[in-house]
Amino acid sequence: MNKLKLAVSILALSAASASAEDIKIGLISILEGNFAVSGTDAIRGAELAILDVEGSVDGNKIEMVSMSSDGSPDTAVAAARKLIEQDGVDIILGPLSGSEGLALRDLSKSYPNVTFINGSSAAQDTTLRQSSDNFFRFGGDGAQWMVGVGDYAFNDLGYKSVAVVAEDYSFPYTQVLGFMSEFCAAGGTVPEKFWTPIGNSDYSSVVYAIPQDVDAIFVALGGADAVNFLTQYDQAGGDKPIIGGSTTIDQSILESKGPFKKLLIGAPAGSPTVGDYDGAEWQAFVKAYTTNYPDAFSAPSIFAHHYYMAATAALLALDEVDGDLSNDHAAYREALTNLSFTVPTGGTMRLDANRNGIVDNFVTEVYEREDGTLGNRVIKVVRDVSQSLGQDPEAFLAMGPVSRDNPSCP
Amino acid sequence: MRYALIVIPLLLLPVLLNDFWLTQVMTRALILGIVALSLSFLAKYLGVVSFAQAAMAGAGGYTIAYFGPNSVNIGIELPFWISIPLALFLATAFGGLIGCVARRSRGIYAIMITLAIGIAFFYFTRQNYALFNGWTGFSGVRAPLIGGISLRAPVPLYFMSLLSAVVSMMLVSGFARSPMGLAIQAVRDAPGRVMALGISVSTPIIAAFAFSGLLAGTGGILNVWYQERISSFSVGFGPIIDILIIAVIGGLRYPSGAFIGAIVFVMLDTFAVDLVDRERFNTLIGTVLLLIVIFAPNGLQQLVMDGAAKLRRAKQPTN
Repeated sequence: MNKLKLAVSILALSAASASAEDIKIGLISILEGNFAVSGTDAIRGAELAILDVEGSVDGNKIEMVSMSSDGSPDTAVAAARKLIEQDGVDIILGPLSGSEGLALRDLSKSYPNVTFINGSSAAQDTTLRQSSDNFFRFGGDGAQWMVGVGDYAFNDLGYKSVAVVAEDYSFPYTQVLGFMSEFCAAGGTVPEKFWTPIGNSDYSSVVYAIPQDVDAIFVALGGADAVNFLTQYDQAGGDKPIIGGSTTIDQSILESKGPFKKLLIGAPAGSPTVGDYDGAEWQAFVKAYTTNYPDAFSAPSIFAHHYYMAATAALLALDEVDGDLSNDHAAYREALTNLSFTVPTGGTMRLDANRNGIVDNFVTEVYEREDGTLGNRVIKVVRDVSQSLGQDPEAFLAMGPVSRDNPSCP
Repeated sequence: MRYALIVIPLLLLPVLLNDFWLTQVMTRALILGIVALSLSFLAKYLGVVSFAQAAMAGAGGYTIAYFGPNSVNIGIELPFWISIPLALFLATAFGGLIGCVARRSRGIYAIMITLAIGIAFFYFTRQNYALFNGWTGFSGVRAPLIGGISLRAPVPLYFMSLLSAVVSMMLVSGFARSPMGLAIQAVRDAPGRVMALGISVSTPIIAAFAFSGLLAGTGGILNVWYQERISSFSVGFGPIIDILIIAVIGGLRYPSGAFIGAIVFVMLDTFAVDLVDRERFNTLIGTVLLLIVIFAPNGLQQLVMDGAAKLRRAKQPTN
């Protein structure tokens, strides 16, 4: 880790002697609390992008300053203000989670001379409503991350009616929208939605209220919440098939212990990042990641992947304008807006009118490996997923912001 | 005279400091100091350590957000000369209500009951969408414009906070000497004797909590203007602990210690990540807090006063 930093700075220093100004990038990630492991991986992603260009762009040394947020919007805003006002950064890269993204989007309107590039935050309204001219997202939102799953559940798995169990805040609302917009359009129904508080440990009231006549349950819970719900559902004798959200079925839940895991075999889920994907670009990315960080995960997480894409976009656009950030970044933002590049998942990343990414998405399925452990494999890749999920943008906006009751198809 | 020595340099700070230091460090410390002051007031004069101060501050802050300009289209926009008194009133009333609930408990039980109220308030704001907009909360909250100048601009916000801090300090020392303030201290020392004199014990306790609600609400309003947002995170477990830490390192027995504690806390919180590896900065914060608690058990204020006393003694002629 430290060796790598040393290498980056030496490379950067040798380049700096050549010419020009330093360009400071302020990185905001979660380095404390529950998400610290993810946040550290996010930073690896950004560092990989800087390593790709060997620490400088057109003779301009790239300097990275990082700040921690604890996941709350307040600390993300405080971190951004410190980076801008004290460290004098030109570009902000981050944040990691949804509400932080909304907060930084609002903040970006107060700093027109700084360019904000989103990390892995995936709230829909960050770019869809009240978007900000200097806030860019080279990635999708929670709804884009579910594209393909509703269709697969209805047409391939034959589910006609699905109950929803999800955490009660904006990210799961958006995930439910992504699932339901396809599933309901195909003819499926969602008779009942259960919203539970984050960190809930007792799901018995939900488990026994799930209607008997549904074909499956869409579970959009993260981490320990998912383990708790699935364990209690299994213990109560539940046997409906599961459909997972983007954060529900990750490697940590697949590697946890318990008989509930048999419920998961065959469960589909939507995700922008799949560790085992066999695309050539992805395999190259995994190799760069594991070579530079032998002690990290076996493949980049969703966070490393998204921070890598964000940092790559920042650097590619800098290269295009030869490091020229004059005139309140006018030329730089023009370059960002028109950028188009190949991402590790093999697709072409570009932005829509709201500066939100048009992205690749995966439908995955849990399968049992020969040694009895569980893994995720790719069922299909959906390319060119737009923020309006392929619908007419006007009509999509007219549906209104997501909430507990929107969308609805009982 | 003694106070002039402290206040005059503070008045000159806007000339000396850049916007970052003025707003992110000084103003933030003053605001946190006011909220921590509401805790050290209760601790010193009533002998109760309350964990509900973040909730009281939140009551003031949420009122300003709900009745002010915000970008989430919830609430009714009222002119600031109505919304500010309303926020102060609701924070005071909420403080009084908490006092009413907690009036029979002492020591560890008072801590538990106020902690329960604080956490219940946090979960309520997170789950309620009609008044608090749940998880996301309010964003885009703008401070009032007076004569074309936004109170959020660095210098006006700093002076507002400084003025509020000075007034809060004066209120605390005035209130402590008033008949009600004396009754509060009597309840702290000997509730049995107070009752024997025919004075109700509940009234002073509720009054003390209501007064601390007023202080916390003042800090809460300034905090919403400073952050330009408020959400369930602003009243969660993190802020509850932060306020306690500030009051403890400043010295729970000294109201003015709250501000010293706040400066130290804000500096650590802002710069620790620059001083050590980004994976270890919380260790540094924890270590410094631990050292303060070990070497200055009565807080930094006591340390400063001891130091000053020593200097004075050294200056005296020795013959």
